[in-house]
This record gives sequence, structure tokens and C-alpha cells, in this order.
Amino acid sequence: MNIRSQVSMVFHLDKCIGCHTCSIACKNIWTDRKGADYMWWNNVETKPGTGYPTKWEDQEQYQGGWEKNGDQPIRIKSTGKARVIPNIFHNPHMPSMDDYYEPWTYDYQNLFNAEEGSDQPIAKPISMITGEDIEVESGPNWDDDLGGSQIYASNDPNLEGLSDQQRLQLSSVERLVMFYLPRICNHCLNPCCVASCPSGALYKRGEDGIVLIDQKKCRAWRSCVAACPYKKTYFNWFTGKSEKCILCFPRLETGQAPACFHSCVGRIRYLGVLLYDADRLEEVANLPDEELVEGQRSLILNPHDPEIIRKAQSAGIPDGVIESAQQSPVYKFVMEWKIALPPHIEYRTLPMLFYVPPMSPVMANFEEGLASHTMKNLFHGIDESRIPMQYFANLFGGGHEGVVRYAMGKQLAVRWHRRAETVGDVDRATADRFLREADCSLEEAEAIYKLTSLCTFEDRFVIPPMHREEAIEMIKEPGEQKAETGFGFVGGPRRGL
Amino acid sequence: MNENFLDQFLFIALPYVCLFTFFLMTIYRYRVQSFSYSSLSSQFLENKHHFWAVVPFHYGILVVTGGHLLAFAIPRTLLAWNSVPWRLYVLEISALAFGILTLIGLIGVVVRRFGNSKIRMVTTPTDWILFAMLLVQTVSGVCQAIFYPWGSSWFATNMSPYLWSILKLAPDISFVASMPSLVKLHVVLAFLTIGFFPFTRLVHVLVIPNPYLWRKTQVVRWHGTRGRKP
Repeated sequence: MNIRSQVSMVFHLDKCIGCHTCSIACKNIWTDRKGADYMWWNNVETKPGTGYPTKWEDQEQYQGGWEKNGDQPIRIKSTGKARVIPNIFHNPHMPSMDDYYEPWTYDYQNLFNAEEGSDQPIAKPISMITGEDIEVESGPNWDDDLGGSQIYASNDPNLEGLSDQQRLQLSSVERLVMFYLPRICNHCLNPCCVASCPSGALYKRGEDGIVLIDQKKCRAWRSCVAACPYKKTYFNWFTGKSEKCILCFPRLETGQAPACFHSCVGRIRYLGVLLYDADRLEEVANLPDEELVEGQRSLILNPHDPEIIRKAQSAGIPDGVIESAQQSPVYKFVMEWKIALPPHIEYRTLPMLFYVPPMSPVMANFEEGLASHTMKNLFHGIDESRIPMQYFANLFGGGHEGVVRYAMGKQLAVRWHRRAETVGDVDRATADRFLREADCSLEEAEAIYKLTSLCTFEDRFVIPPMHREEAIEMIKEPGEQKAETGFGFVGGPRRGL
Repeated sequence: MNENFLDQFLFIALPYVCLFTFFLMTIYRYRVQSFSYSSLSSQFLENKHHFWAVVPFHYGILVVTGGHLLAFAIPRTLLAWNSVPWRLYVLEISALAFGILTLIGLIGVVVRRFGNSKIRMVTTPTDWILFAMLLVQTVSGVCQAIFYPWGSSWFATNMSPYLWSILKLAPDISFVASMPSLVKLHVVLAFLTIGFFPFTRLVHVLVIPNPYLWRKTQVVRWHGTRGRKP
């Protein structure tokens, strides 16, 4: 057993209101630079929808992630040792800027400098790359709230396996449905971007599992951009280096939550440590599709188990980190309650960002054309969900409904339980029946309710002590580190000629 | 006398200045500005014509440069190979073919960079100077292959000894002094390109990835001593 710790995340989609505050917080800190202007390390997508870059989930097009053919060990879909050299001049699976969008700004100076005329001057959109006039045709969030069209929703790759009737219902009047999917780098356990980098510039930090790109080693071979199935590595067109979400490690190292977590208005984000067994990674990444979700859970170790604690200590994991793992909200959501699920586990990168799938909105019951106010069928069952279970299964279950049904059933039971507790118009026996059917005890339901609805800052973000300052002292002059503000550059990076 | 002086400058002084600049500045740049070592790919900005320009250019120039290096390193073996006419023809024709491939690719690269407004934004004056040098160099090389045939043999007998004499710090320009002007231009431009090399995007040639083929699939970096298994 090779125990490692990983800073992991849960996004509770039932609480996401799609306000994009996270995206703006991230943009302002990290990607408001030339070359990174089109990047959104954090973005929020409307689902069903095509997302950013357009149709990123369609791996027939993008060739991201790992693939498994029969009994063969998994391999990177877009590259590999035999293909890296012949493809180094031209990467055949590299998305281009057209798949994202061309960043633009407005010619505000025209408002002041325009010739006097009979019309009001306007600020024309201009390209942030060339400065030329631009016809704005797409953006990072073009299909926000379905973008006023059925095109985006109907091209969602997750609709696979849905009947025509189900597809029609998704956009029909009075049944129209959507939810939001905020996305950052998943800091995977089996990252495809790291495995694909010809230069070895990408790496996973041993202590906390954050996946980073060494800017001094990156040579713009572009493999990571093609390999990441979530399209969360981006190519900086100006510096000629790839960049990605760094999970705000300078903030984490000083005990602060990442900017997107910190700023989240809906308080949907949770962060905490998980302990896992790195020796079994390869075995789990090779499991058949339907066993992947359970397989990934089997990697995660119980931080309360004395045996695991002893082994973690002997593996050199500090006591503070183990304590932090014991209080981790992520452990509760993923392992104890099993209501948080990994996105697209079938890509086999073993993402460490988990999503609590969203319940559909509460619907009125109609009797003879009138909205009824009886308690019968107050919360519709999960099979009457406006979003079919198969859709969630494609997104969060590797195509298999079982784990998704379990997570949804439990959330529904908590709703019944809390209705019985607070409003009282549902009798206790009904609530208990739902809890029993959902494999949920009363205490568990209360705990889920508390961590979902009444969670404080400290409940949501259990940040481990990273002891980075000690590590830095060992390998570097602290004064030098300070001058570089932790990024390894004194003068700032300059583009090569 | 005057011409002799010019030859001495072009074929003794210039090569040493260029080689010295090459080694000094390449190492200096790697140590001080390692961030700037990048292939500076423009595939992200334009992906439709990228393949048709970049791929022929790279395969062409790799084979042609490799051929020059071989002729420089093992001239005797090359002459032995060329002693049978059909083998000489095969070598000459493939050298010309790859030279033309390079030229086509290079023209493609320049046209693509010039024609696309986005890529023009990431093309520096240095790039344009470099493209001009490479273009003249490739055209002069292809012309030599056509107008002064059997270059693989006369390179081995004349150019290789000259280059070795430079390397052995006992320069002997008698081999090049008698060459036609086109060949002289090619040699001078070659040394200029080597001298210009560390100031251009060409440095990406030096950082081609080889560890990938041997390293483990995943890369984990530890701070301090924790990485070592107990």
C-alpha cells in the first residue's frame, strides 16, 4: 500500500444558480493576460448544452482521455510513445481557437474620439488578438441558459441513449429544464495530460495531488491540450506554453480556499483531503466501465481506520493532513453518503472533483387542469425527473444508472425527511419509508441536510496544513523564493523570439 | 590579394565568430531565460493549412540537414557508396527531392504566416529575418543540386575537409576558395544561420523531447524527502 493525500473537491449542483461569480474570480486573478485571454480555467456550462470548448465531451471529435480495447491495458487516445514523434510537428487532434472563441474587447476610445456626426458613436467589438474589427460569433458562455435556441441542448453528447420522446420533453413548454455545471481542472489521479506530455513538463504534486505545468519545461508540443478529455489544459497562443487551473495553490498554501471556492455565491463548493492507495491506480483505471465508479471509491481510504492512520504516518503524511482528512467534507459526500459522483469516469483519468447531481425543480401536480395542493406526490419520484436518469448516468455514472439512482434517491429522501421535520404536513412514517428505501439513516439525513444547507466556511473548506514553507527551506533560499512570489520567476516570463 | 582577404574573413573569421556565438548564447539563454525555449507553435491559431506547411518543411529540412551532417562526419563511407553509379543517382535524387520538399514547406510556412492576420501577430521581426535566410539558403541548396550535380561526392572531398579543418582549429580555406560563388554563399549563410540560431525560435531544435520514450507514464514531483518510499 502506497498512501498519498489528495486535495479533492465536491460541487453540489443542486445549489448552483449559474451566476458565474467563480469564473470571474478566477479570470481576474489568473487569466486576464495576453495569450490567456480566451482561457476560462473555471467555467460554468448550462446542461443540456454543448459547453466550452464546443462539444468537449464528444471524444470522437477531440480524442481526449484514455481508451480501453478489450483486455489490452488502457492507452492514451490521442498520442503514445509510438505516435509522439511523428505527430510532433502537427498534432492531429489539437483543437483550434475556433473550437473555443476568439477573444474580443470594444473600441472604447471611439466614444471619445469619434468625428462629430448625426449618430451617437459606438464602441465596436475588436479582436483581442489582431485589434481588427470582429463579428462576434461565439463566446465562452454562448449557450448560457440554453442560448435561446434548441440547437445547443440538442447537440449535447450526453443525450446518447435517450429516446426521441425524452429528448423532445427536455425542451417542451412547461417541461423545459436545465442545470448548471461549473467546471475546473479535476486534478485527476490518472491524469491524461501528464501522461501525454513529451517534455515531462506536467506533473502531479506528491503532497497534495495538484496537477501543474512547469512553465520552464513546456515546449508547446500541445499534447496535453489534445489529451485532456475535459479540455482543461489550454494553449497560451502568445507565450507558446500550455496553462491550466492551479487550484490556487499559492492560496491553499497559506490556508485560503481557491478563489472560485471562496467567491461561490451558492456555497456549492467543498474542498478537503482524501487519502488513497496509489499502488492500485493502474488496476482501477483498467476496470470495465460499469465498475469504474465503485473502483475509484475503493481507492479512497478510511482516514478513521487506525490501521490506515498508522500506515499513513509511516508513509510520511503529517498528522495535520490526516486530521484534515478525517474532517474532510469530500470524504463524507463521496464515501460515507455516496451522493457525489465523478464526471465522465469512462475517460479513465479518475477525476478528483465530484458532483452531487441536481434534483429537478419541484413540480406542481395537476388535477383536471388545475394545480393541486394535496400532499400526494409532493416531491415527484426520481423517475419523473424532468432530466432522465440516463442523462445523469451518461454524465456521472459512466453510462450506468445504478450509482446515480442511489445518489438521487438519497437526496429525495432527505427532502421528505426535512419536510416532515419543518412543515409537518408529511407524516413521519412516509418520510421514514423514503429514508429506508434510500439506505439512509435519520442521523445521516440530518448530516446531509446540515452540510448542504447550513454549512459554514469552515465546514466547506477543510484545508490541510501544507507545510510548504518547510519544504521550500530545504531546497531553496527562502529570500529567493519570496522574490519569485512562489512562481519561479524574478523578472516575469518573457516570450521567446 | 583583396579577394584572398575576403575569403579569409568569410571562411575563417566568420565561422569562428558564429560558432562561438552559438555555443555561448545558447547556453546563456537556456540558463537565464529557459522559459523562452519553446516551439512557439501557431497550430492553435490556424489549423487548416498548418499541416500542409509545417510537416513537409520539417521532414524536408531534417533529412537534408541530416545528410549534410553525415557527409561531414563520414566522407569516406559516402565516397565508397557513391562509387557505384546507381547508388550515386539514388542519393542525389533523394537529396534533391527532400530539398524541394523543404522549399515547398518553407514557402507554405511563410505564406501561411503572412496571409493570416492572427499568426502575423505572433510573428516577430526576428522570424521574418530567419525566414528570409532560410529561404535563400534552401533556394541556393536546391540550385546547387541542379547546376552543380554530384554534390554528395564533392561535399565529401572538398567541404568535409574544410569543415574539419575549422573544427581542428587549423583552418584551411584552399578547399572552399576555389568553389563557385553559389556554393560560397551557401557556406557563409550556413554559418550566419548558426550564429543567429540562439537569438531565434530555432532553439526548439535543441529541446526535442527524448525522455518521453523512456520515462514512466505518470510524473509525480515531491518536495523534500517524502517521495522516497519508507
